[in-house]
Amino acid sequence: MVSFKKPDLDSFQERIHIATLFVTFCLLLLVTRLVWLQIVSHSKYAVLAENNRIALVPAPANRGLIIDRNGIVIGRNYSALTLDVNAEEVKGNVDELIDQISEIVLISPKDRRNFKRSLEDSRKMGTIPLRSMLTEAETARFMANRYRFPGVEIRARSFREYPYNELASHLIGYIGRVSQKDKERMQAEIENSKADDPDALQTSFLPGIQYVGKIGLEQSYESVLRGVPGYDQVEITAGGKPVRTLSSSPSIPGKNVVLSVDIKLQYLVEQLYGNFRGAFVAIEPQTGDVLAFVSKPNFNPNDFVEGIDSVTWKELNDSPQKPLYNRPLKGIYPPGSTYKPFMALAALENKKRTPSQTIFDPGYFDFGNHTFRDDKKGGHGTVDMQKSIVESCDTYYYMLARDMGVDMIAGFMKPFGFGQVTGIDLQGESRGVLPSTQWKKNTFKKPEQQKWYEGETISLGIGQGYNAFTILQLSHAMANLANNGVVMKPHLVKAIEDPFTRNRTLTTPKESYRIDLKPENIEVIKNAMIEVNRSGTSAAAFQGAGYVAGGKTGTAQVFSLNDKDYKHGATAEFLRDHALYVAFAPADKPTIVIAMVVENAGFGAQYAAPIARKALDFYLEGKWPKEVPEWTRAP
Amino acid sequence: MDKSSLKKFQKTFLHLFSGLDRQLSFILLSLATVGFLTFLSASQNTPVLIEDELRNLALSFVVMWLVSRIPPKWLELAAVWIYSLGVLLLIAVAAFGLIKKGARRWLNIGIVIQPSEIMKIAMPLMLAWYFQKREGIKKSWDYGVAAIILGIPVLLIARQPDLGTALLVFAAGLYVIILAGLPWKWILPFVGIGVVGILLIVIFGTTICAHDVAWPFIQDYQKHRVCTLLDPSSDPLGKGFHTIQSMIAIGSGGFFGKGWFQGTQAHLEFIPEKHTDFVFAVYSEEFGLLGNLILLALFFALIKRGLAISASAPNLFTRLLGASVTLIFFTYAFVNIGMVSGLLPVVGVPLPFISYGGTALVTLGFGAGILMSIHRHRRLVQS
Repeated sequence: MVSFKKPDLDSFQERIHIATLFVTFCLLLLVTRLVWLQIVSHSKYAVLAENNRIALVPAPANRGLIIDRNGIVIGRNYSALTLDVNAEEVKGNVDELIDQISEIVLISPKDRRNFKRSLEDSRKMGTIPLRSMLTEAETARFMANRYRFPGVEIRARSFREYPYNELASHLIGYIGRVSQKDKERMQAEIENSKADDPDALQTSFLPGIQYVGKIGLEQSYESVLRGVPGYDQVEITAGGKPVRTLSSSPSIPGKNVVLSVDIKLQYLVEQLYGNFRGAFVAIEPQTGDVLAFVSKPNFNPNDFVEGIDSVTWKELNDSPQKPLYNRPLKGIYPPGSTYKPFMALAALENKKRTPSQTIFDPGYFDFGNHTFRDDKKGGHGTVDMQKSIVESCDTYYYMLARDMGVDMIAGFMKPFGFGQVTGIDLQGESRGVLPSTQWKKNTFKKPEQQKWYEGETISLGIGQGYNAFTILQLSHAMANLANNGVVMKPHLVKAIEDPFTRNRTLTTPKESYRIDLKPENIEVIKNAMIEVNRSGTSAAAFQGAGYVAGGKTGTAQVFSLNDKDYKHGATAEFLRDHALYVAFAPADKPTIVIAMVVENAGFGAQYAAPIARKALDFYLEGKWPKEVPEWTRAP
Repeated sequence: MDKSSLKKFQKTFLHLFSGLDRQLSFILLSLATVGFLTFLSASQNTPVLIEDELRNLALSFVVMWLVSRIPPKWLELAAVWIYSLGVLLLIAVAAFGLIKKGARRWLNIGIVIQPSEIMKIAMPLMLAWYFQKREGIKKSWDYGVAAIILGIPVLLIARQPDLGTALLVFAAGLYVIILAGLPWKWILPFVGIGVVGILLIVIFGTTICAHDVAWPFIQDYQKHRVCTLLDPSSDPLGKGFHTIQSMIAIGSGGFFGKGWFQGTQAHLEFIPEKHTDFVFAVYSEEFGLLGNLILLALFFALIKRGLAISASAPNLFTRLLGASVTLIFFTYAFVNIGMVSGLLPVVGVPLPFISYGGTALVTLGFGAGILMSIHRHRRLVQS
């Protein structure tokens, strides 16, 4: 046996013991760490591992169609090829990549901007469209060069299209890419939605919602049209490569909306307006179906779907014609003489006049120290109720307004819907102003402004003064009158259609309420309005009509001309009067009422009534005016 | 085959393995089995074949068997030559080595070799030889000589740069020096400084990891590794990605693990270097804390057995060499698991007998062979 010195061995043994202790300590350190990771923090890391593993690939739902009352499709989808870029593969300079691609397919500055914005939003996940609607030639060119662009691919995507372009643009509205604001709004919608609402948004939908209705019916029927986006749960690698689909929740297409609008009537009226600005609302009084909802000038909703370019936007937004303004919904106008039939009915119902009671019109009406003039110099002479409507005598209504007082007028007009939100299925409706003493108190701040002056009542009688209503309200009121006081809520969508079974669910509401009116009083007013078209202000426009229609012209002053004589041509275009017209037909059982304004056109009889006549000719008799190009269905 | 020839074969076979320590053999075989099973799962979607792993294991075994036959005396005689050759090769690397991934670590002598790997064995051999030589006449300045023997290769390796290997070689030498009797009064201050230093780095991590702060003697990428360790989320898609993803793999394994071949982090490529340096993450994810405890128990058994063999070794050279090799096994395991579980900075250290890699397995086989040889020749010398 080899001998060695004891102290050395002892010292070595001692150090081996210490080394063992050191090793034990270190291993316990590792055990502690592993227990911390695998037991204490296990649930946290388990979630992280699952999140790593699984990606939700959204599958957008097909959006519902928009169909007119006769089955003509005016809002639809089509499939087109787009150039998609896998966000994870974008390395280095984005602009350089786009520059290289743009040598092969056209990439507009707008495409570039949109892409870069989406890329930032995407946090480098998923695919982002760079160019949509590739032509065949571009597709072929790109496919030949595909090897140069890993992560860039051509895909079929669904796009929204409005085949008739400008037609009914304000009514249909448009969809657009989901913005940050939309996202916040949808988040709030989710939080506020009721548990049992089948159309309610759910958080799981959000990744699949790329477009959202921004305005018009696309906006107000968003939840119906949208459908339920689906998603695939896909297992992915660290590089984002899909490995297999774990589960998939298919999308449910949105439902179609069937409009009450007759798109041919809409087209005809839009054509008849030509370059005039204005609003036109036709309603079927028995149902509240809106038959036409015209706002001129229009815009092309297709421009907005993929994000409007700044030049077009500037043009539309800065135009003095205000083509983006939904006039029938938001524009408020004094009703002018179209208010007179309602005033007359108010007088009968409140027993302030009888039909045969007459006044004498010298051509003016003095109240206090102010003289209110009649349109006709020298006056209408002796005037009864029918004559007051047929000849549109102002003095009769100055006196009537004085005799009734503002609050009695307001009390009568309110149930007709004047100055009230009609509740039509579009967002952003204006309320307008139905003046009353209470309204003035609520509206103004200073005490002297809050007081109602008797003099202010006088011009209310001829539809001027503080009176300010939307054409929608005027049409609605006309429908209520034509329907003998039965109030139907106006609506643009008649039914919701299942895209597969084509089963329709009617959305038509039942009558809202009835206005208590005496039939004989209604008869007086209707007869007077029939006479207007026969021998009154709009007789020329309705000469030879194959049906009996009641009507009333109106002219609304854009601003007070003081006492100076009003000369049509001398006024700058935008200061000219608005031409108004209301009508109902056929007189015995009206199936259509119309309220319309032609902005800055001048007299109602001259500019508005002829349009109404042609619209009624078409709607009631199918006659198409020669000067308007034939309706052709979009391909 | 008749009975006598069968017996003859049995005898020859047993004789072949007679020199191997049974306990150590069992532990190593267990580790190799765990390593092979983990490799099967971890090597999915990598270009590495099962044959490669089997070849490496076989090679490692052959090296171990051969070394176990070499008497320690021969190793003692060869120590200076091996060490000198290693240093010369390191100098050659510094002069005209191959550069890969920004580091000059390799030498082309017909085949490409990594001389720093040789130092992992050559260093304890040399120092053990030196202390054996000075046994009984040891003076304080002997530790100075030992420090020079240790310092030259470590500096050469650190300059390549290869901090991981430099630290391992340094550790291997340091274990010899400490076990040879380096006075405590010299050791303790360094331990103190080390502890205080680590505490300071952890406490002032944010300040010293600021972008414009340069660390003395430390490369930028090394600083980055330490800093991402302190706060992996500071660079979740870059340097911190490895650590975060391996921690997720380990943590999501839970107590029982997700099961063999069921690790999602591993199989969906979230773990970098999953069959080599980060193989522990794959193992942990699939076999859970239970598997980890078994693995750590195996390593502990390995260390215990190695130290026991060293403690009963016949002379100072074999004692120092055996203990140092054993502690190097431990250091490999500790640094690797510490790094994969986010305790230590990321350095290229494999998990002994588990990680895929021929060079490491040969080195480990060599080390295991030394322990076997010490055990085998202890009896021969004693008798």
